[in-house]
Amino acid sequence: MIQVFKDVKIDWLANRRIFIAISVILMLAGLSSAIIRQWAPGGSEAFNLGVDFKGGTVVTAKFKQRPAPEAIRDALAKTGVHDAVIQPVIDKPDTVLIKLPLAGGSDAESQAQLDIGRSRVTGGLNQFGKEGDAYEILGTDAVGAVAGAQLRNKAIAVTLAALVGILMYIAFRFEWTYGAAAVIAVFHDVLVTLGFFSIFQWEVSLTVIAALLTLVGFSVNDTIVIFDRIRENRRLHRRDSLYQITNDSINQTLSRTVITSGLVFLSVLAMVLFGGEVLRGFSLALLIGVVFGTYSSVAIASPIMVWWEQRLDLAKKSSASAINRTAVGGTRVATTPGRKPLPGTPAKRSRGASGA
Amino acid sequence: MKKKNLLQRTIIIVVVTLVGIYIVIGPRHRPSLRDFTWSGIKANLAANINLGLDLKGGSHLVLRVKTDEFLKSLTEGNASAIQATTKDAGLPVKEVKAETAGGNYRIIVEATDPSKLGEIEEGVKKKVDLSEWSMSTSGNTVTWTLTATAQRALAEQATEQAKKIIESRLDAVGVAEPLVQRHGSQSSHQILVQMPGIQDPERVKQLLKAESKLELVHVVSPPSPQPAQTYATEEEAKASLGGTVPQNRRILPYAERNEPTAAGQTPDNQNPTQKKWVVVESPAIINGSELRNASAVQGRGGSEDYQISFALKPTGADKFGAWTGANINEYMGVVLNGEVKSIAYIKGQIHDQGEISGRFTKQSADDLALTLRSGALPAPIEYQEERTVGPSLGADSIRSGVRACVFGLLFVVAFMLFYYRGAGVNAVVALVLNMILMLAGLILFQATLTLPGIAGIILTIGMAVDSNVLIFERIREELRSGKTIPSAIEQGFARAFVTIIDTHVTTIISSLFLFVFGTGPLRGFAVTLVIGLLINLFSAVYVSRTIFMWELSRKRKLESLSI
Repeated sequence: MIQVFKDVKIDWLANRRIFIAISVILMLAGLSSAIIRQWAPGGSEAFNLGVDFKGGTVVTAKFKQRPAPEAIRDALAKTGVHDAVIQPVIDKPDTVLIKLPLAGGSDAESQAQLDIGRSRVTGGLNQFGKEGDAYEILGTDAVGAVAGAQLRNKAIAVTLAALVGILMYIAFRFEWTYGAAAVIAVFHDVLVTLGFFSIFQWEVSLTVIAALLTLVGFSVNDTIVIFDRIRENRRLHRRDSLYQITNDSINQTLSRTVITSGLVFLSVLAMVLFGGEVLRGFSLALLIGVVFGTYSSVAIASPIMVWWEQRLDLAKKSSASAINRTAVGGTRVATTPGRKPLPGTPAKRSRGASGA
Repeated sequence: MKKKNLLQRTIIIVVVTLVGIYIVIGPRHRPSLRDFTWSGIKANLAANINLGLDLKGGSHLVLRVKTDEFLKSLTEGNASAIQATTKDAGLPVKEVKAETAGGNYRIIVEATDPSKLGEIEEGVKKKVDLSEWSMSTSGNTVTWTLTATAQRALAEQATEQAKKIIESRLDAVGVAEPLVQRHGSQSSHQILVQMPGIQDPERVKQLLKAESKLELVHVVSPPSPQPAQTYATEEEAKASLGGTVPQNRRILPYAERNEPTAAGQTPDNQNPTQKKWVVVESPAIINGSELRNASAVQGRGGSEDYQISFALKPTGADKFGAWTGANINEYMGVVLNGEVKSIAYIKGQIHDQGEISGRFTKQSADDLALTLRSGALPAPIEYQEERTVGPSLGADSIRSGVRACVFGLLFVVAFMLFYYRGAGVNAVVALVLNMILMLAGLILFQATLTLPGIAGIILTIGMAVDSNVLIFERIREELRSGKTIPSAIEQGFARAFVTIIDTHVTTIISSLFLFVFGTGPLRGFAVTLVIGLLINLFSAVYVSRTIFMWELSRKRKLESLSI
């Protein structure tokens, strides 16, 4: 039998500071990109929001002989469309996306422009020849400002609601600390992924939100597999410290983690490569999400859960001893909980990878 | 292992598989030999699966009914009715005002004599239906306020009415299988219109949007043979009324012989004809609700000169006949969407016929007549979302979606067979079955397969294979710890099952949120994912387990397990 990992004994938790530092750096990078872009004078916006969220018109046009993007822009400018963005489609050289942002000015004005977005574009493109002859309009997406805001708010609300639902389910099946740790890890994944979108200015569309939600599901999925093992091992090896049990559980599930994530990664890669332009944002978000969702289960969720549980344990013990002392001596002794939140030292480890 | 149990399981699986295959590629008609050929199977598959507009091509429009405008015109209409009533009854009213700012709709009547407020109130109530308005008096004014409940109810009514009108217009213009339904929350007053197969929705959009509010009004002007009184600017017209427009007058633009585009919309004013203004009496003599019929007829000016002739219902005809009879030589205007289209003097009594001239083209006249017949929209509408996908783009999306699916599946199958050998076959059988049953599930629930839905399928492949990996890794572990093969399999499934349930439930929870609260693409994604995950519990656990059981039962003593 082929095996990726055999009896691994990696002390994951010992590296928790490095892991968390890496994550903090990544999140800060994304955050500062968003902030700098948003507030720097003349900079772009925090995210490259698609028409779904910002409003505007996108016309997909296929040419017999595709002119250069500049030529298309000039042709449109001649008919009074000045702010068009021309984006060639990567895997289809004869197709371009023509994006018109919402016109500034009054609501009524931009609404009026939205209503005739398609004819504004065809008016300009007719300079290259007749519609249906020299070019063909494959599709149009036009979203008004109100609908854009609606879609945006809904997407955020749905994501948060889904997270709360997951938190409640894990709290019900495990402990609330487990749930909280899993949700923090998921939050981290979403932030890191969004960071990539801000840094590289990939377009955030409605499908990217779907990808973020998928990634929420996937990351929690991954965390639960480890937590499930921890729960089981805690029942089997009552004497071991949580530190050691967690390390063992991560190691025992490691081959599954790597195989599953690898396979999901591959199928998402298939989507990036063959899924076409419409799914590109979705698959890119998912590709990053799979990597960080897997990473965060091991590197973020588990250490946080262990730290939190031990914190609670210590607090319970110290409050019990504080009650004892006040009862006996009447003087309060300051207890110092949590200086060393993870007392189980790796040196004590004697166990192998499993109960075998 | 109990033989009977195994037999029972096998029968269940075979039956479910066959039913699934039939649902997916079986014909919905009496089967013929053709249904077994490759092209026949493909045709049946295409007929069974309900493809979304993004895959088969079509237009998706979200429009909003501007109900605030509806309430505004309702308030103004009532205010002018009150003014007319009090004037007729000779009540001491100084001013009638309609206030429509900030979501409040009020009619304020100011009396010259505060002691007559009761009388005014009585007089108004007799003639104007204000049952949905709450009344209050203070000093020398009576105020009628439209209650919040009534606002909501009226806005709702207007939206429903707009929906009906849109349906009848789509029907009249011959759009095949349109879907018209309410969209978003009830208070958003949005309507979703989906039209499969429409490539250029521009004409339909204009047609749906056309307010087609027809009014016949009395133009304030000295009678014929003097020419009709027009003004060069709006200010001039206002000045003729003494600077303010009273409740019973309106100033309307009048563009003589303007060239309208489709459905009577004003054109993009490349070379605007000179715009004039006229003062008309309010309320109108009659409006579009009294219309019985409207049709396009050719005018005298050749093929580019069409006009609309219309006929009135008996009630409208009586009113119109009485008015025209009493106002010979006065000027009458035909107003369409708040713009005077034509002015004519009344030669004699007219009963139920009239026409709108305006140099329409054949199509614009046809469209206008159509929208007039379907009735005026209660309020203007605006488009908030338009998504149009041409059939070639849709076909392209299907191709790339299927390609991504096939490659994803190939990666996974190759790895599972390579890594788990014999047990890999279980995983592959489970995966293929999952795909078939997922499509069957989509067809059974009449769900729509969209492009994000295909992404959901690909993700399901990932999640499905995860269940297999969890189980196989666990069995391997149990084998390593020295258990016998049957007990390792049993333990492996039992232990992994707990985890599988937890992972599936959390993903289903987040997908359900997407499905319930999400919009369009998010929902399509959630549907396939939830169906896929539910089926996975059957295919990855039950089916895979049965295959193991079957292997165990074949040999008395299994020496080694290929996993």
